[in-house]
Amino acid sequence: MSELVLECKGLTKKFGRKTALDNIDLKLGRGKIIGLLGPNGSGKTTLIKTANGLLAPTGGKVLINDKIPGRETKKIVSYLPDQTYLPQWMKIDGLIEMFSDFYADFQPQTAYEMIKSLNINPSEVLKTLSKGTKEKVQLILVMSRRAQLYLLDEPIGGVDPATRDYILDSIIKNYSENATVLISTHLINDIEKILDEVVFIKNGSIMLHNSVDDLRESEGKSVDAIFREVFKC
Amino acid sequence: MFLKMAWSFSDDRPIYSQIIEQIKQFIVSGEIKPGDKLASVRDMASEAGVNPNTMQRALSELERTGLIYSQRTSGRYITQKEELIQDMKNELANEKINMFLQSMQQIGYSKEQVADLIKNYKEAENK
Repeated sequence: MSELVLECKGLTKKFGRKTALDNIDLKLGRGKIIGLLGPNGSGKTTLIKTANGLLAPTGGKVLINDKIPGRETKKIVSYLPDQTYLPQWMKIDGLIEMFSDFYADFQPQTAYEMIKSLNINPSEVLKTLSKGTKEKVQLILVMSRRAQLYLLDEPIGGVDPATRDYILDSIIKNYSENATVLISTHLINDIEKILDEVVFIKNGSIMLHNSVDDLRESEGKSVDAIFREVFKC
Repeated sequence: MFLKMAWSFSDDRPIYSQIIEQIKQFIVSGEIKPGDKLASVRDMASEAGVNPNTMQRALSELERTGLIYSQRTSGRYITQKEELIQDMKNELANEKINMFLQSMQQIGYSKEQVADLIKNYKEAENK
């Protein structure tokens, strides 16, 4: 097993003339919760989609467990997209069944336990749920896999503070010890306490990659405050 | 034992050192008692809302000082050594006095004057 769960080497992605990722070098180790932080349009989603094999790099490469994203890496990467992608007509228990069929590492009991603890009725159709509840269901499905790498694109964007707490707590409780969780967001204040490391991304370049407590130690302020300085408009 | 503690963190310092301080505080205030078993790292992390590795780091540091000890199979416990807890209490008391003296100095009182004030304050209350 490679020491790194994700590695970018000179990763570049261009959309026409626009450069979304600009020659990125990045190494992520195992057993960590890492924040991918940057303002809107900085390249967070592009980076995550590239790591998932949904976008092909224009230059350089991204490796998951030393492999180019593809069939093999999808078995060990659990991905939460920034948009709803689940069929709206399906019932929650049907989705759980579908995930069990798709992913060998999916744990249906874990999913049902979390669904129950949130007082969600598993026989409900996705379409009838509120936006926040849909997000919870999606995250439950993604976190119920025993993956090695979780790529969560804005998991806390559109939910109320109580739900946000629940989501963060379920991340702490559910990731397995050697797994790494990469969370993209711009809501740093809410999540910095649960992060090991932060990666700041700006205009497609990595500005900073450091441990949260080292940053707080050396700067004497929160990562949120540092972020506001680095990205001052 | 599952801790039901009020954790709170400020922005200006590393989280692991704040966890250490707060656990000490919980011991001093009696919210956690000598010999109590601590919850698992992950449960404590979840309760405090912090990263499990950060909680682990804080607990390891407390283990190093002897305030917490671990039994290989059954988990982590608060020490029952009274003198260790007393030492820690004294240390905390010194820190508080230091902070208090500094703020008194800022409004122009020397250590001796503060000592007098405290004496008189007690007397005033006893009247």
